[in-house]
Amino acid sequence: MAEIRVDHLRKAFGEFVAVQDSSFTVEDGAFLALLGPSGCGKTTTLRMIAGLELPTGGTISLAGEDVTYKRASERDIAFVFQLFALYPHMNVRRNIGFPLLAQGVPKAEIRTRVEETARLLQIDHILDRPVSGLAGGDRQRVALGRAIVRRPKCFLMDEPLGTLDAEFREVMVRELRELHNRIHATTVYVTHDQIEAMAMADRIAVMNHGVIEQFGTPQQIYDRPASMYVADFIGSPPMNFIRFDAGLPKGARTARIGAAEIEMPALRAEVAPGALALGVRPEHIRFSDASPLRGAIYGTEYLGTNQIVTVETQGGLVRARLPAGQSYRIGEPVGLSFKSERLSLFDARSGRVIPSVLHEGALRREARHG
Amino acid sequence: MSAANSAHSVVEPGAASKRIAATLVILYAVITLVPLVWIFLTSIKSPPDSISYPPKILFTPSLEGYCNLFTTRTRQTPEYIAALPEPDGICDAVTRKRNMVIAGPSNFLPRFANSLIIAFGSTFLAVGLGTLAAYGFSRFKVPLADDLLFFILSTRMMPPIAVAIPIYLMYRQLGLSDTAIGMMLLYTAVNVSLAVWLLKGFIDEIPREYEEAAMIDGYSRLQAFRKVVLPQATTGIAATAIFCLIFAWNEYAFASLLTSGSAQTAPPFIPTIIGEGGQDWPAVAAGTTIFLVPILVFTILLRKQLLRGITFGAVRK
Ligand SMILES: Nc1ncnc2c1ncn2[C@@H]1O[C@H](COP(=O)(O)OP(=O)(O)OP(=O)(O)O)[C@@H](O)[C@H]1O
Ligand SMILES: [Mg+2]
Repeated sequence: MAEIRVDHLRKAFGEFVAVQDSSFTVEDGAFLALLGPSGCGKTTTLRMIAGLELPTGGTISLAGEDVTYKRASERDIAFVFQLFALYPHMNVRRNIGFPLLAQGVPKAEIRTRVEETARLLQIDHILDRPVSGLAGGDRQRVALGRAIVRRPKCFLMDEPLGTLDAEFREVMVRELRELHNRIHATTVYVTHDQIEAMAMADRIAVMNHGVIEQFGTPQQIYDRPASMYVADFIGSPPMNFIRFDAGLPKGARTARIGAAEIEMPALRAEVAPGALALGVRPEHIRFSDASPLRGAIYGTEYLGTNQIVTVETQGGLVRARLPAGQSYRIGEPVGLSFKSERLSLFDARSGRVIPSVLHEGALRREARHG
Repeated sequence: MSAANSAHSVVEPGAASKRIAATLVILYAVITLVPLVWIFLTSIKSPPDSISYPPKILFTPSLEGYCNLFTTRTRQTPEYIAALPEPDGICDAVTRKRNMVIAGPSNFLPRFANSLIIAFGSTFLAVGLGTLAAYGFSRFKVPLADDLLFFILSTRMMPPIAVAIPIYLMYRQLGLSDTAIGMMLLYTAVNVSLAVWLLKGFIDEIPREYEEAAMIDGYSRLQAFRKVVLPQATTGIAATAIFCLIFAWNEYAFASLLTSGSAQTAPPFIPTIIGEGGQDWPAVAAGTTIFLVPILVFTILLRKQLLRGITFGAVRK
C-alpha cells in the first residue's frame, strides 16, 4: 500500500483543458472520493494516475516514486472500470486470476489466492460460471476480486456503482467501505453521487471544470464549503444563498440584509462593497415570529421524519429542513432565524468563501490533528 | 435480468409470419440450389447421358466423370484392350469400355493443390496483416488515418483486368509469374484492404477497457491484444477469413493471365478439361463439384463464429 501524490497535474485534449492544475495527496490507506458533475475531469484524472493517459503537465508519484511517464503495467495499481470490463471469454475464476497470471504466480498459488479472494467477497459459489450471465452485483464483486487479488499499491475506481440500481447501490456502498476497512488499501474513488462520496470517503475532492474546488474531509466540505459551487453541489437540498449588497469591515459579526441584522461568525478579512451571498444550510433555519427576516410559505415537501419547507423571501427562495410535525399554509407569513455560528459568507462575484472564525477554528483543529 | 433482455430483443414474431418467412427461405434455397444440384447430377452421368436432349432426370449413375477428371487416357484398338489383363479398379473398367486406356494422372490434383495453398495462404496473410492494421487504426492516433483508410479501400476500386497487364509485366521482371508465392502475394494485396475495413469495424466494437484492464493487470499491449482482443474478435476474423477465402478461391482473371503451368489454380484449369477428348461435361462437373467442397467445409466449420457475428450488436456484454 502506498501514498499517491499528484502535483500540478494538467491534461489538455487539443485546445480543451480537461484537468487544469490538480494537486492533492492521498495518504497511505486513505479513501479519496473524486466528486463532481459529468465532464469535470474525474475520469481523466483517474486515468492519468493509472497510466492510461499521459499528462500534459505535472507529476504523479506512488509510494514516493515518480511514475508520471511509466506504463500502466509497471505501476502496480488496480482499476475498476465503470462497466467492469470483465473478460467475456473467461469464467469468473480466470477473470480473477488473470492479473496473477501476468506476474507469473504458480498455478497452485493462483488457485488458492483466487479462492481466498472469492471467499472475502462471497462469490466462491460462482467461481466456475461464465461472466456473461452474472447479475450486476456479482459482476461488481468479480471486478473487485480482480482488483484486490493482486494486492496492488492502490485501487482506482471509476463510478463502479454507476450501473447498479439504487437499492443495490446502498448495499454495495456499505460492502465497499467494509472491504476498505478490512484491507486498508489506498483508494481513489470517482463518483458524481455526493451520497456515495460522503458515506465512503475519508477525504473528498470536489471538482468542477477541471479544477479541484475543495479538498477535505466530508465534514469540512459540508460544514465549511470553500466556494458557492461546493456549497451548492453538496447537500440535498443544497445550501441556501441569501444575496445582498454590502461592504464589511474586518471582524464584522453582523450583516444587514433588508431590515434584518443577521449575526454570523466574525469575518477575518475586510470585504469591499459588492455582491455577497450568505450561505445557510436548510437544517440551520428555524421559524421565529420575532425575526425581522420575513418571508411567505411557498411550498412543502414531506419526507417522513422531517419536511422541506420552501419560503419566498426578498433574497429569493429559501429551503428549510424542519421537523415533520407542524403543517403550514401556502402564503402564510413567517420569520426566519439562522443558527448564526454555522453561516458562511461568500463573495458572490468570485464565488469564493470569505474567511471567518468558522474557518479559523477549523484550521486550528486540523493543525492539532495533523 | 429478463427485463433487461427483453428490452433489447426485437418483438417475437407470430406463428403465421414465421411460417411465411420459412416458406420464402425454403423457396429461395431451392431456386439457388438448382444449379448446384444439376452440376452434381451431371458429374455422375455418363457423357452420352449428360448431353442427351431432353435432359435425363433418371439415369444410371456413373463414375466416369470423376475417372476422366483425375486421369489422362489414350485411345487403343479393341484387340489391344482385349489382350490386357483384368482391369484394376472401376476407372480402368469404365475407360476400357470407351476403347481407351489410362495413360496417367491428370493435372487436376496439382492444380487443386495450388488452389488450396494459394487461397488458404493468402487468406491467412491477409487476415493476419488486416487484423494488426485494423487494430492500429482502431486504437492509435494514426496520422492521416482517414486518408490512409480511403487509400486502402481505393486499391480495390480498379477492376482486376485493368491492373492485370502491368502486374503481368512486373511479375515477369520479378520472376514471380506462374509461382505460388506470386499469386499468394497478389491475392493478399487485394484482400488486405477488405480485411482491414471489415476487421476495423469489429475491433471498434470491442471496448478499449478490456485492453486497458489487461494492461493495468500487468500485461504488455501486445499480450493484451493476444489474450483479450483476439479472443473477442474471433467472430470478425472468421467472417473476414471466409470473404477473403471465397475471393482467392474463385479468382479467375489474374489466375488465367498470370499462371499457366506449375502455379495454375483450379479455376482456369477446370474449363480446359472440356477439350480433352470431346465434350466431357461430366468431368467438368466433377471438377466443379470437388472445387466447391473446401469452401463448404470451411464455412460449416466456422458456422458458429459466423452466427455469433450476426447477433454481435444485440448482445450487451
Ligand atoms: N480522449 C479525449 N479526447 C478529447 N476530449 C476528451 C477525451 N477524454 C475526455 N475528454 C473530455 O474531457 C472532459 C472530461 O472528461 P472526463 O471523462 O474526465 O469527465 P468525467 O468527470 O469522468 O465525467 P463523467 O461523469 O461523464 O464520466 C469531457 O468534457 C470530455 O469530453
Ligand atoms: Mg467519467
